[in-house]
Amino acid sequence: MSETNESFSIARPDAVTLTTPQKIAVFVGLVGLFILVLAAFNVNFPNRALFLIASLGLMTGGTVFYANSLYLSEHAGIKNDGVWFKSLTSRGVVAWGAGIFLTLFYIVLYFKAELLGLGVDGAANTGLVALFDPFSKLLSGNPASQWFVYGTLYTLVILIFGYKFLLKYRHNKYQTLRTLSVMFFQLGFAFLIPELMSRLNSESFSLPYYDLKNIWPLNYYNFEQYRVDSFISAGNVGLALLIFGVLSILVITPILTYKYGKRWYCSWVCGCGGLAETAGDPFRHLSDKSLFAWKVERWVIHSVLVFVVLMTTAVIYSYLGDDSSKYWLTRDIFLLSVGGLLTAVFATIMIWKRHALGKDAKIGAIAYAVIILALILIHKFSGANLFLFQAEKLRVWYGFLIGSIFSGVIGTGFYPLFGSRVWCRFGCPMAAILGMQQRLFSKFRITTNGGQCISCGNCSVYCEMGIDVRAYAQRGENIVRSSCVGCGICSAVCPRGVLKLENGDHNDRFQNPEIPLGNDMNIVNLAKQNH
Amino acid sequence: MQENIVIIGNGISGTTLARYIRKQSDKKITLISNEHDYFFSRTALMYVYMGHMKFEHTQPYENWFWEKNRIQLKTGYVTNVDSENKTLKFIDGSTFSYDKLIIATGSKFNKFGWKGQDLEGVTGMYHKQDLEQIEQYAPNNETCKRGVIVGGGLIGVELAEMLRTRNIPVTFLVRENSFWGNVLPLGDSEMISRHIESHGVDLRFGVNLGEIKANENGRASSVIIKETGEEILCDMVGLTAGVSPNIDLLKESTIETDKGVLVNRYFETTADDVYAIGDCAQQREPIGNRRPVEAVWYTGRIMGETLAQTICGNKTAYSPGHWFNSAKFFDIEYQTYGWVFSEPKEGNAHFHWKHDDDTKCITIEYDTTSREFKGINSLGIRMKHNLFDQWLSANKTVEFVVNNLAQANFDPEFYKTFHHHIQEQFTSSQLENAHHE
Repeated sequence: MSETNESFSIARPDAVTLTTPQKIAVFVGLVGLFILVLAAFNVNFPNRALFLIASLGLMTGGTVFYANSLYLSEHAGIKNDGVWFKSLTSRGVVAWGAGIFLTLFYIVLYFKAELLGLGVDGAANTGLVALFDPFSKLLSGNPASQWFVYGTLYTLVILIFGYKFLLKYRHNKYQTLRTLSVMFFQLGFAFLIPELMSRLNSESFSLPYYDLKNIWPLNYYNFEQYRVDSFISAGNVGLALLIFGVLSILVITPILTYKYGKRWYCSWVCGCGGLAETAGDPFRHLSDKSLFAWKVERWVIHSVLVFVVLMTTAVIYSYLGDDSSKYWLTRDIFLLSVGGLLTAVFATIMIWKRHALGKDAKIGAIAYAVIILALILIHKFSGANLFLFQAEKLRVWYGFLIGSIFSGVIGTGFYPLFGSRVWCRFGCPMAAILGMQQRLFSKFRITTNGGQCISCGNCSVYCEMGIDVRAYAQRGENIVRSSCVGCGICSAVCPRGVLKLENGDHNDRFQNPEIPLGNDMNIVNLAKQNH
Repeated sequence: MQENIVIIGNGISGTTLARYIRKQSDKKITLISNEHDYFFSRTALMYVYMGHMKFEHTQPYENWFWEKNRIQLKTGYVTNVDSENKTLKFIDGSTFSYDKLIIATGSKFNKFGWKGQDLEGVTGMYHKQDLEQIEQYAPNNETCKRGVIVGGGLIGVELAEMLRTRNIPVTFLVRENSFWGNVLPLGDSEMISRHIESHGVDLRFGVNLGEIKANENGRASSVIIKETGEEILCDMVGLTAGVSPNIDLLKESTIETDKGVLVNRYFETTADDVYAIGDCAQQREPIGNRRPVEAVWYTGRIMGETLAQTICGNKTAYSPGHWFNSAKFFDIEYQTYGWVFSEPKEGNAHFHWKHDDDTKCITIEYDTTSREFKGINSLGIRMKHNLFDQWLSANKTVEFVVNNLAQANFDPEFYKTFHHHIQEQFTSSQLENAHHE
C-alpha cells in the first residue's frame, strides 16, 4: 500500500485503518450493493419488493452506521485527517477500481441498458431493472426503466452521503443548510414530483418527464420537438411548464445569480452539484489546480456552451414552420430573436465589461460571435443547413458527446481520479452561463480577511473547482471567479478565518490592494507586473 | 549590467522581497536555499503529516513561476559572508558574489542545553527536515508509543494535534500555569487548555524538562520532569520552546549580531549593502509593543514588501501597522487585533466573555480612564481585520467596539451570532464595576 501514500512519508501512516464498527458498516453496505450486482446478473429474486427494500436498506444502514462511527465520537471540526494517505481518496488502487467500475456502469447505462435487464420491444424487464419494477409501479404506475433505476440510486446516494456530509460538517451552519437543500431538491424535484406527475398522464393528457429545477442548457433536450409538442398538447398546465422552462434561463436565473452568485443553483439546487457535494465530497481535493487546467477549462466549457446554443437553435428551427398565419413563431422570427439575444449579450459585455475579460476570453468571444454570424449568413444566402449540419445530427452528437460521455461517463465515473466537479468545471453549459453572470453581473464574492492569510493552501487543495484560492487570499484580494460554485469549503477549511462567502455591493466586489493589510508603508510606484 | 541581488533564504520574507523587486525592476535576483528548491508555506507543514495535503500543495507558486519571473533559484548552504569582498562562501567550498545581499534565513528551534537534546528521536518542528524527522520518529502509534512535547506555544500545540491524528499518546510539558499563559489572558488560556485536554493530550502545567534519557541504541526513550523527577517513557521528544534566529552563517563575519542580525528600520546591517529581514532580523529599537525579533508569518511578508522599495531606490522604513495575529488550537480558531496582554497593562482592564459551550470566548483590553479600545482576542468567532484596523487607528472606545461587534463578525453566513450576549454581559460588568468604585 505504500505506493498510495503520496506524502513524503517514509513509512505509511497507519492511523487510517478502519475500526471494527466501521468494518461491519462497510460489510453491511456492500451486502446491499451485492444484491444489486446479483440482480444485474439475472438472479431471480422470489420477492423483488422485499429484496429491493433489503438492498437499499442495507446500503443506507451501512452508510449511516459508518458515518456515525466516523464522526460522532469525534469533536465537531474539520475532518481531513489522512485524506492523502487513503487509497480511495489519493488515487490509489481502490480509487482506480472504483473509477473503472463507475465508468463501466455509465457506459452500460447509456448504451447497453438491456444488459441491466431493460425489457426490449415491450418485453418484461429482467435482472436489475426488474428488481425496481415494484417501486416504480408504486410511484408512477409504470414498470421501471434503466433511468428509474439510475434515478432511484442517484437520489439514494445523495441522501445517504448527504447524511454523512451533514455529520462531517455539523459545526458549520452554511454547509448544513446547503446540504439539506440539495437533498430536498433531489428527492422532491428530481425524483418524486416527476414520478408522481406521470401518474396524471392518460390517453388524452400527457406531460413529459420534467424535473423543474433542471434548466436548459443543462437540460439540453427540454425544447426538443416531442417535448414541446407534449407540453403544448397538455393544455394550460403544459404551456405553463413550457413558459417556466423559458423563463428559468432568461429571467429567474439572472436575477438569482445577480443576488447570490451561481451557488444558488450549483451547490444548493442542481442535481449534478448535489451528487458532487455529497458522494463526491471525499474526492474534492483531486481537482487540478494548475494555471494550465484553468486555461483549458475556459476554452472547453465555453465551447460546450456555443455547441448547445447552436444545437438547440437548429433543433427548434427544424420543427418550426415558415407561415406566420399558422403560428406566430416562424423560423425567421425565431432565428432573428436568437441572433438578437446573442448580439445583445455580446454587445453588453463588450461595452460595459470588456475590462473584466482576459485576453483569451476576448479572442474567444469575438471568434465565436463571428463564426455564429457567418453560419447564419451562409444559411440565409446559400440555403445550406443551418450551422452546416442537420439539426438531428447535431442533436444526436451533442447527446452522445456531451450528454452521455462528458457529463456521465467522465463527469461521474472519474470522480475518484479527477475530483467531483469535472463536468461542472469543464463541461456544463449551465455553469458557463451562470459563471459569466457571476463574474460580470453579480453581488457575490469571497471576501479575504485583510492580511491574515498564511498561504497554507488548505483552501486551494479543497476547492473542488480547481480554483487556486490561496493565490488571491495571500495577496489580500477577494475571489471573484466564474467557476466558483460557492460551496463554502475553502472558508470552512481555512485555519485562520480568512475567507467569507458574501453578497454585497456589486461595485466593490474586487479588492485589489497593492499590498495586503498590515503594512503601513507609503506605496510609491508599486506597479502590478508579472502576476 | 543589472544589479546583482542575492537573497539567502526562500521563505516568506525572501520570496516576498524577490517578487516585489521583480515587480518594480529588472535587477538580477538569486534566491538561495538549503531547505527546499521552491518556496513553500512553513505554516502548512503540519497538514502534510496529518494527510490533509501533499508537500507540493504547500508551494504557493507553480514551478514555472520562478523562471518566468526571472528569479534564479540556487541550492546551497552558506557558511560565511565576506562583506568586504561581497562574496558568499558555501559548504562545498564554492563562492558566489553579490552587489546587494539580503539575509532572510529565518529561525531554528530553541535548545536550552538540556541533557539529551541532540539524541535521535528529539526534534523541533520548524524546517521541512524537522518534519521528515517527525515522520521517521512517529510514523504511527506502534513505533511511537508516546510523544513528549516541551514548550506550550503555537508550534507545540500544532505538534500535539499532528501526533493525535495518528492516535499517538501525547504528554505536553508547559512551563506556565496554563497554556500559552505568558501571552493569553487566563480566561482564554484556560478554555484552550481544556480544549487541548479534550483531545486526549496529557497536559502538564508548571513543569520543565529536566533531561532526555536514551536507550541502549542511543535513541530518546524517556524524559525526566525537572520539578518532580517523574520519568515519562516516550519514543519522540518535540522541542517547541520557541525559536531563535538562524544566523550561524554569520559566525565568522564582521556583521554585528545579537540574538538576531541587528538592523535599523531600513533593515540595514552594520555591513554595506547587506540587509536582514524576517525572523532572523533584530530591530535595534523595538517598534511599539512589538518584539525586536518577530517570528511571525506576516511580518516577514511586510519586511519583504518594504525592503523591496529600498532596494529599488525608494528608501522606505519598516512600519508595520496595528498588531494582529491568528492561530488554530485543534478545532478552535484564534484571532487577535491590537494588544491584549496576559495581564492588563497598567491603567487598562480586561473584559472577558465566554460561551457556555466552552469553545468561544473573547477578551477585550481597554484603558479604564480614556475608555480607549486597545485590542481583542477572539476565540471561536471570526472577526474582520480591516474593521478592527480602522477602529484602532480611530482610537475608538471600548463601548463603541462592543456595540458594533455585529459589524465586525466574519463567521460564515447563517452562523449564530453572540454580540447580544456579549453586549449584555459588558453592560452588566460595567455596572458592577461602577458599584464597586
